[in-house]
Amino acid sequence: MKNKKIYFDYAATTPLDKDVLKKMLPYLKEKYGNPSSIHKFGREASAAIDNARIQVAKFLGCKEAEIIFTGSASESDNLAIRGLIKSLRRAKGAGEKIHIITSQIEHKAVLETCNDLEKEGIKVTYLPVGPDGIINIDDLESEITPETDLITIMYANNEIGAIQPIKKIGQIIKKLNQNKEHRIYFHIDAVQAANWLDLNVNELGVDLLTLSGHKIYGPKGVGVLFARENVKISPIITGGAHEFNLRAGTENVAGIVGMGETITKIKNQKSKVKSIEKLRDKLIKGVLTKVKGSKLNGPIKDEDKLPNIANFSFEGCEGEALVMYLDQAGIAVSTGSACTSQALTPSHVLIAMGLSDLEAHSSLRVSLGRYTTLAEVNYFLKVLPKTVERLRKISGR
Amino acid sequence: MYNKKIMEHFTNPKFFGKIEDPDVIGKAGNPRCGDLLTLYLKIDKKTNKIKDIKFETLGCAAAIAASDMICQLSMGKTLDQAVKINFQDVSNELGVLPPLKIHCAQLVTEALRDAVNNYK
Repeated sequence: MKNKKIYFDYAATTPLDKDVLKKMLPYLKEKYGNPSSIHKFGREASAAIDNARIQVAKFLGCKEAEIIFTGSASESDNLAIRGLIKSLRRAKGAGEKIHIITSQIEHKAVLETCNDLEKEGIKVTYLPVGPDGIINIDDLESEITPETDLITIMYANNEIGAIQPIKKIGQIIKKLNQNKEHRIYFHIDAVQAANWLDLNVNELGVDLLTLSGHKIYGPKGVGVLFARENVKISPIITGGAHEFNLRAGTENVAGIVGMGETITKIKNQKSKVKSIEKLRDKLIKGVLTKVKGSKLNGPIKDEDKLPNIANFSFEGCEGEALVMYLDQAGIAVSTGSACTSQALTPSHVLIAMGLSDLEAHSSLRVSLGRYTTLAEVNYFLKVLPKTVERLRKISGR
Repeated sequence: MYNKKIMEHFTNPKFFGKIEDPDVIGKAGNPRCGDLLTLYLKIDKKTNKIKDIKFETLGCAAAIAASDMICQLSMGKTLDQAVKINFQDVSNELGVLPPLKIHCAQLVTEALRDAVNNYK
């Protein structure tokens, strides 16, 4: 038992694919040139980046020149939002307002960026979500004003897996943009969606889209921002002509190569969805029947949620304590999201869905992935009930 | 994040549970921060010493470890001595709590003081 190591935290990060690592290694060793250099060493590195750009562009169904490599998805979110606002501010006349619409359940990279811009006088509307964690399209439409510049909504939520109606929003925006000079831009954070959902940018109708390398079996330290060619954004990191003048800094060549390589491996999503759904459903059923006072958080219908995330609340247990006990049993899960596990306030996502503070504090996120097995799910189902029981004894609840 | 000692008190707390006929109860915590705790005490009426103490805590690892520690520190002490235990004593005995979790030590001392106040 002591040697068990079960990883159920794929939404936090994924292991690096072995083949991807192989493709990356030369760029950490002998192919060390700076892509900006014009000699052979440099050209070798810049060719590798060009190739990765083609790979990512193919996946998104866009042009290569629309792909910007960044240092992380958080940076991509920042570049999308701040970069667009910066460029709009410069183009707009004095006194013209800027309005952003987002949701209450965004990743902190979007939420706190919006909070920050609010302090600079930009108006931000935070859309509520229903008990299923999904925004209401009517709410969104009623919040759009002639001043609305940007709508930024995550495609799939990292804590509960709820999928937002991105295509519908894309259609609404497209229609509105036909009738007026003032354009509404549409950004989505597709970090969690990338493994499972179709991300063709034209079908989705998005102008800006964020991806992360390490959530799709690629390396950490690399993100992507798709920015449609007619969308003008300004850099937030200045200092060089890298990435079409939009992101200064010598490129993380190996990371970018890894990003390109890993994205080509995302194929046959539908069949993968089916097989992971089976494991997830077994897990959910097992938890709800074996642990009294447990509850599933998030959307009910399969089509409304990612196939790999299950979020529970366990009455009488605190999430972090549960995570620590399960860790001792060799199972890695998390409370809300890895990024907020250092915070004391309960998950903003669960609170937005209407959970009480205590329910939110008692939550546990289990996220499965490529290497999850049935044996692992069974072991989890064996360990969890006694772990919950133990904590309930300590809490007296 | 947590040292060995905290993990030990979290994994194998000695004082958790309920005293069925306590002389006094002390409570602290709020749902917002996710920690709720109750201390159950038996007091020796002649000496005013704590002769038994147990806790029930809904909370994180640090809250559970700190609950166990406050029980350990106050067991056998007079009530006057017990109220003097402060959060730093609890934290230091645990080999220092992480800064984000220092409020857990405050919480358990609050609960003990609440019990003492209720007894008086």
